[in-house]
Amino acid sequence: MGVEAPAYRRSGRPPPWRDVRMLRLLFQIVVVGGVVVIGLWLFGNLATNLDRQGIRTDFDYLDRSAGFAIAGSDFKSSDPVWRALVVGVKNTAIVSGAGILLASILGVVIGVSRLSPNWLIARAASLYVEAVRNIPVLVIIIFMYIAVILKLPSIGNASELFGILVISNSGLVVASVEAAGGGAPLFAASLAVAAVVAVVVLIRRTRRFDRTGQPHHRVLWGAGTFLIIAVVAFVATGTPVAMSLPQRQEFGVTGGIRMSPEFAALLAGLFIYTASHIAEIVRGSILAVSRGQSEAARALGLTEFQRYRFVVLPQALRIMIPPLANQYLNLTKNSSLAVFIAYPEITRITRIAIGQGNPAPQGILILMGIYLFFSLTISAITNLVNRRLTYVTS
Amino acid sequence: MATDTSTLEPLPIPEPDRPAYRAKPKDWVRENLFSGPVNSIVTIVGALVIAFLAYRALRFLFVTARWEAVHVNLTNYMVGGFPRDELWRLWAAVYLLTLLGGMRWGVSVHRTRPTDGRAEASWRAPLRRFWPFIVFALVVVGLSASPVTAAALLGVGMTAFIGRVAGIRVPPRGVRWVTILFILGCVAAFEVMVAFGGVPYPDWRGLMLTLFLSLGGILLSFPLGVLLALGRRSTFPAIRALSVAYIELIRGVPLITLLFMAFLVLGFFLPPGTQTPSLVARALIAFVLFTAAYVAEVVRGGLQAVPNEQVEAAQALGLSPVKITALIVLPQALRAVIPAMVGQFISLFKDTSLAASIGLAELLRVAEQINGQPRFTGHGLQAETLGFAAFVFWVGAYWMSKTSQRLEKRLGVGER
Repeated sequence: MGVEAPAYRRSGRPPPWRDVRMLRLLFQIVVVGGVVVIGLWLFGNLATNLDRQGIRTDFDYLDRSAGFAIAGSDFKSSDPVWRALVVGVKNTAIVSGAGILLASILGVVIGVSRLSPNWLIARAASLYVEAVRNIPVLVIIIFMYIAVILKLPSIGNASELFGILVISNSGLVVASVEAAGGGAPLFAASLAVAAVVAVVVLIRRTRRFDRTGQPHHRVLWGAGTFLIIAVVAFVATGTPVAMSLPQRQEFGVTGGIRMSPEFAALLAGLFIYTASHIAEIVRGSILAVSRGQSEAARALGLTEFQRYRFVVLPQALRIMIPPLANQYLNLTKNSSLAVFIAYPEITRITRIAIGQGNPAPQGILILMGIYLFFSLTISAITNLVNRRLTYVTS
Repeated sequence: MATDTSTLEPLPIPEPDRPAYRAKPKDWVRENLFSGPVNSIVTIVGALVIAFLAYRALRFLFVTARWEAVHVNLTNYMVGGFPRDELWRLWAAVYLLTLLGGMRWGVSVHRTRPTDGRAEASWRAPLRRFWPFIVFALVVVGLSASPVTAAALLGVGMTAFIGRVAGIRVPPRGVRWVTILFILGCVAAFEVMVAFGGVPYPDWRGLMLTLFLSLGGILLSFPLGVLLALGRRSTFPAIRALSVAYIELIRGVPLITLLFMAFLVLGFFLPPGTQTPSLVARALIAFVLFTAAYVAEVVRGGLQAVPNEQVEAAQALGLSPVKITALIVLPQALRAVIPAMVGQFISLFKDTSLAASIGLAELLRVAEQINGQPRFTGHGLQAETLGFAAFVFWVGAYWMSKTSQRLEKRLGVGER
C-alpha cells in the first residue's frame, strides 16, 4: 500500500510556493513590475499631455535657432540651441574649476589656522567657519552680487590695485599674459616639452634615491630643468609673450582678462562658502591622524616642519580625499545657482531656452544628464587618486 | 639578600588634590600670542586686520546702515502677506508649541547623567543652549521697537520656561505621554493655522514658509529615505539596483534641476484634466525627493554601524527577517545617525532658499522684494535687507549644528 510521494518531495526540493529562491524571485518581479507600471503610467500621462498641448517629444529643437544671445561670448541669437548648451557647459566648467581652486586654497589656509597655537588666528578662523557655514550659499551669492559687486564704484572712478587689478561695478579686470609676435605657438610647444622633460628628470631622481639612498632633491632638479628649457626657448623664439595690463579708459578698460560682475559674484559666493566646509575637513583630517604618530616623529627628532611634511600631512591627505571630493561635487552643483544672478552657465541657459518656448521635459533631461556627467567625472578622478594614495595593508 | 621586587604590589600613589592649572594672564598672553618672533608678528598683523574689519562691521551695523526697511517689513519677513487679522492664529500656534516643546525638554532632564542633570536643571542651561534665539529675539525687538512685540516674545520665553518646569515634574513613567502630547500639539498647531477660515499652507510666506518647507521636507523624506537605505542594503539584487540608481541619480544632480522639474514638468505627469498641485506642494515634492536620497545615505551609515552579531543573535532567537530589521537593526541604526540627520536637516533648512527660483516668497525672496517696494527702490538697502535674512538663517542653522554636536556627545556616537 505505497502512497506515491508528490513529485517535489521525490526531487528533494520544497514546493515552488515554499521555495525561498522562487519567493525571492517573485518578490523582486512584483516590486520591479510595480515600479515599471508606475513609470509607464507617468510616461503615458506625459505623452498624452504633451500631445494635447502640441509640444513635440523629440530633440529636433536643438537644431533650431536659439533666438537669444549670450553675453560675454560670440554666441548669436541665430545660432542653434545646442551651441548655446555648449557655451553653458563651458561656463559651468570655468566657474567650477576656478571655484574649486580658490576654495581649496582658502579652505586649507583657514583649516590650518584653526589649529594654530596662536589664539587670535585660531579664533578668527573659527569665527569665519561658524559664520559662513550656517548661511545658505544662495544668500551669500546674491549678497555678493547685489550688495557688494553692483555697489562698487562705476568704471569712471574704478579703484585700481597695483595696476594689475581694476575693480568696478562692471566687473573685475585682471592682468594677463597674451601672445605677442609669431613665436607664441613654438614657445607654448617648448613649454610642454620642458614639462615632460622635467617630470622625467624628477622620476629618475626618485629612482636614483630608491636605489642608492643619496638625497634626491627631486623638486629642485625638476623645476631647474623646466626653467632652463623655458628661458632658452623664450630667448630663442624672440620674447613671444607679454604682460597685458588693464588700462583704464574713459568708458571701460582695455587689456587684461575681464570677469563679468555675475561671474565674479558667483565665484566669490561659491568659494567663500565651500572654503568654510573644506576648512572643517582639513582640520578634522589633521586631528584624525593619531597622536602616536606625532609623538613618534618628535621622538625621532624631526623638526616641526618635517613632522608635518613627512608624517602628519601624508596621512591626513588620505583621510581628506573622499569628503573633499564631495565638496568639489557640491561646488559644481551649486554653480547652478547662477540662475538667480544671470551668469550664463548651463542651468541659466536651459531656463532661458525653455522660456523661449522650447520643450521643458527634454531640456531638463539634458540638464540632468550634463550634471550627472560632471558628477561622474569628478568621482572617477577621485577614485583614481584615492586608489593611488590608499594604504596597502597586507 | 636582595628582595625580589617584581612580585611586590606597587604602592598606590595618592592623587594630589591639585586645583586646576590656571595660567596668569601675563603667561597666557605670552604663551598663546607672543611665543616667538613669527608668532608675535602674526598676532600684531592679525590684530590690526581684525580691528579694521570689526570697526567697519560695527560702523555699518550701528552708524551707516539704515534699518528702517527691515523695521517696516519685519512682519513681512516672518509671514509675508499673511492676513494681519489672522495673526492671532500664528501666535496661538507658537505659544502652544513652545509650551509643549518646553515640557518635552524638561522631561529629557531625567534622562541625562546625574552630573549633567544638575547642570541641566540650573537656570543657566537655557541661556547656554538657546543663546542664538535670545540674540534673535533681542534683534527683533530692537528692530521692531514695539513694546507689544517685546512682551509677546518675552511671553514665548516664559511659556517655554513654564513648560520646562512642568516637564521636570512629570514622573519618568509619563515621558512617553509627553512625547505623544508634543506630536499631537504639532498637529493641533497646524490646524489652528488652517482650520475654520484660517490660511491654507499654499498661501504661507516668509520665514513661516521656510520653516514649513524644511519641517515638512524632513518629516516626509525620512520614511522614504529609510526604505531606500534598507533597499540599498537588501539581499535582493533587483531592489538593490533600483535603490542605488535612485540615490545616485538624485545625488548627481543639483536641487534646482528637481525644482525646475516640479515647477515645469510635474503637471505633465499627472492624468489629463487633473488640477496641478499648488506651488508650495510642488516645491515640497522636489525637496522630499531630493532629501530622501541623502537621508538614505545617512541611514545606510547607521545600518553599517550595527554589528553583525546583533543580527546573528536575533536569528538565533528565531525572529523573522522583518522583525530583525524593525526591532533589532533599525532602532540601533537610527539612534546612531541622529546627529547626522540633524546635519541633513540643516542642509534642507538652508536649501529651502532655492524655492525662490520657482517664485515662492520664502525668507530670501521677501528680502529681495523689499528693495522693489516704492519706498525703498534705489536707496541701495540690499546689504541691510539681505543681511537680516542671512542672520535669521544663521540663527537657525547655528543652533541646530550646536544641538547636533551636543547630541553626538550625549549619545556617545563614535566613542565605542
